[in-house]
Amino acid sequence: MHLIVSKKQLSADVYEMTFEAPLIAQARRAGQFLILQIDTDWGERIPLTIADGDPVKGTITIVFQTVGATTHRLATKEPGQYLENVLGPLGNPTHIEKVGTVVCVGGGIGVAPLYPIAKAMKEAGNRVIAIIGARTKDLVIFEDRMRSLVDQLIIVTDDGSYGRKALVTEPLKEFCSQDPKPDLAVAIGPPIMMKFCAETTRPFGVPTVVSLNTIMIDGTGMCGGCRVSVGGETKFVCVDGPEFDGHKVDFDNMMTRLRSYKDREDEDHHICHIGLGIEPAPEQKAGTPVASVSTGERK
Amino acid sequence: MSEGIKTKEQLDAEARVLLEPLLRRKAAGEKITTKERLAIPVQEMPTQDPHERACTVSEVALGYSEAQVRLEAERCLNCKNEPCVNGCPVRVPIPRFISQIQKGDYKAAVDVIKETNLLPSVCGRVCPQEKQCQLECTVGKSLKDIGKAVAIGRLERFVADWERENGQVTPPQVKPKTGKKVAVIGSGPAGITVAADLAREGHEVHLFEAFHKTGGVMVYGIPEFRLPKAIVQAEIDQLTKMGVKIQTNFLVGRTRTIEDLLKKDGFDAAFVGVGAGLPKFLGCPGENLVGVFSANEYLTRANLMKAYDSKHAATPIYKSKIVAVIGGGNVAMDAARMALRLGAEQVHVIYRRTRDEMPARAEEVAHAEEEGIQFNFLRNPTKILGNDKGRVVGMEVQKFQLGEPDASGRRSPVPIAGSEYQFDCDTVIVALGNESNPLLGKTTEGLVVDKKGRIVVGADQKTSLDSVYAGGDIVLGAATVILAMGEGRRAAAAINQLLAKS
Repeated sequence: MHLIVSKKQLSADVYEMTFEAPLIAQARRAGQFLILQIDTDWGERIPLTIADGDPVKGTITIVFQTVGATTHRLATKEPGQYLENVLGPLGNPTHIEKVGTVVCVGGGIGVAPLYPIAKAMKEAGNRVIAIIGARTKDLVIFEDRMRSLVDQLIIVTDDGSYGRKALVTEPLKEFCSQDPKPDLAVAIGPPIMMKFCAETTRPFGVPTVVSLNTIMIDGTGMCGGCRVSVGGETKFVCVDGPEFDGHKVDFDNMMTRLRSYKDREDEDHHICHIGLGIEPAPEQKAGTPVASVSTGERK
Repeated sequence: MSEGIKTKEQLDAEARVLLEPLLRRKAAGEKITTKERLAIPVQEMPTQDPHERACTVSEVALGYSEAQVRLEAERCLNCKNEPCVNGCPVRVPIPRFISQIQKGDYKAAVDVIKETNLLPSVCGRVCPQEKQCQLECTVGKSLKDIGKAVAIGRLERFVADWERENGQVTPPQVKPKTGKKVAVIGSGPAGITVAADLAREGHEVHLFEAFHKTGGVMVYGIPEFRLPKAIVQAEIDQLTKMGVKIQTNFLVGRTRTIEDLLKKDGFDAAFVGVGAGLPKFLGCPGENLVGVFSANEYLTRANLMKAYDSKHAATPIYKSKIVAVIGGGNVAMDAARMALRLGAEQVHVIYRRTRDEMPARAEEVAHAEEEGIQFNFLRNPTKILGNDKGRVVGMEVQKFQLGEPDASGRRSPVPIAGSEYQFDCDTVIVALGNESNPLLGKTTEGLVVDKKGRIVVGADQKTSLDSVYAGGDIVLGAATVILAMGEGRRAAAAINQLLAKS
């Protein structure tokens, strides 16, 4: 059982939650994730990236967007209540080394898992540039934390309500065009954003790491539901990833697989909103940065 | 009831008719001759009606009635050379437990089994007896039909269920505390066995499980209709009563490493029984289309996550009309039968060889067939076909013929060139076994694994690391519950010996 110590609403449907998980807080490294289940008997297991952790206090911080039944229920949990099951840290930590200049690109709530990576890259002695993007001003998260950390921060919004009116790929392309070009790009966000970031850096030959969040159950290699095609080979996100060479990932197949349970999700969507008394979110525009969380979670 | 399948009541009544005169004669001190014993018909396992059971996950095999169990026990010849015991991986004293049933002392019978097998209610259900004890049975050999061997597994199940249902389970005796602490990693059959054997010796045992529930493959893999989860839970409860501490949501290798456990957390030894746990896929085009699942994923959703109960369970499962299950083992049978229960209109098993080479238990194949699963032998997919939405719409299937025996001793499947044809289906479940999970090998310095990633152990199950032992599928590759338990037994004995010395 994990005591929730704090919860903060970052935007209309994005929450930051900190809970006790001393062993995970001690073991976790940048780039890793966890699997959470609200109730043991009927709950589903959903993978969530770790945004932060405090090994001294023994706490873990997650940032999640309410996209399905489980994340909606998670959002109703308050400090003082408990989470029944949390497994982690899972996946391989980010490979951190001093390479020179690293451009960290985050879209939507992807900025949260990007934060520990940017921090570790900075601590390793890299010059770190962060590009963070959101659909609109209210959806920009972790701005202060990122600003206090990185050498340069660029904010973009789709509608121009804050920062530059652009997609994250535009400043990314500009950095890649500079001489010297960045030594590494790290992109975390919705699959479509990661796909286009990889396409942006590809002609410049800038190595690009992406962090994938796919459907999984156990998170330990047993189910294979998380598999993706990387360079023509089938890889498991949970044990081989979650980070892969963005230039080799078959994003189209990944996005198709993320929609495996769409029929069911649509069916449940309505019921879920009524049940929890939550207003349906406005339709999200295709191709805009939204959640990086996609779990096959029931909506 | 379907034609040709007798009800529980019919089977019981038939057994009573034969049993009563037999018991009267025994009571009068008459001897029952071998010829007479051989003439007793093998007792059929009563089952739920195939049409009814195909819509529910409740257990298919209903268990013998008392009359049936007594009559079946009378078929045993109590052979002095005990061939059946040699066929059992954990050497259960089979004739001895059956002779207790012949006396009507079920408690004594189950106690005899528990001398070497801690999970009789599980093994009585899922052991491939026809390839082990019953294969060696003199009765089956005399009658020239393995199917007519004494139904040892069904007898085992009866006495184990009787003990549990009648509140007769004796709490295992635990010796005084030794102050030694052992980490048991994985709560499947191997881990449960090791935990019990170590706890009995008075050691402090911590059982680590990555999932939120204990039981390993018995909980996530084997379906409710074949092994009710309450039975597995009863076994786990025994461990708790013995003082075993259970820690779920703990992935050794990530949450803590083996080195952490031994060097920082004060464990004196560790046992690794984490299972194989990395599903094999086909390696053919289309294997990542939507609608292709490993049997592990499909069964875990259905069993552990209870997706069969869509009203309550939050975990979704793919809706299917025509399902193709690739493989011929028990897991393939489980997946096929589960798909049927989840509402598929047609379920096909696609297997490269023929019925004779199938690794699945004969009973599971028979049950699957009764339920309407269709078998497609000498077939294998070469390609999975998808539509423009990336979803499965069929497979390209190639025909095979049997060639010379291969390394497994079975005749090898040889593809017939140019025989490919299209097979329509919307779901493909791959049940081709598992490879070894690389996590512990990767995160444990000095732990030697073989080419296939299996942990290498000596005769006493010790790994390349001191105080670290391993057993079950992570050592054997994909095997059975009973073999995992056998390895657990050996490992526990070695650990107990090691800790007695130190």
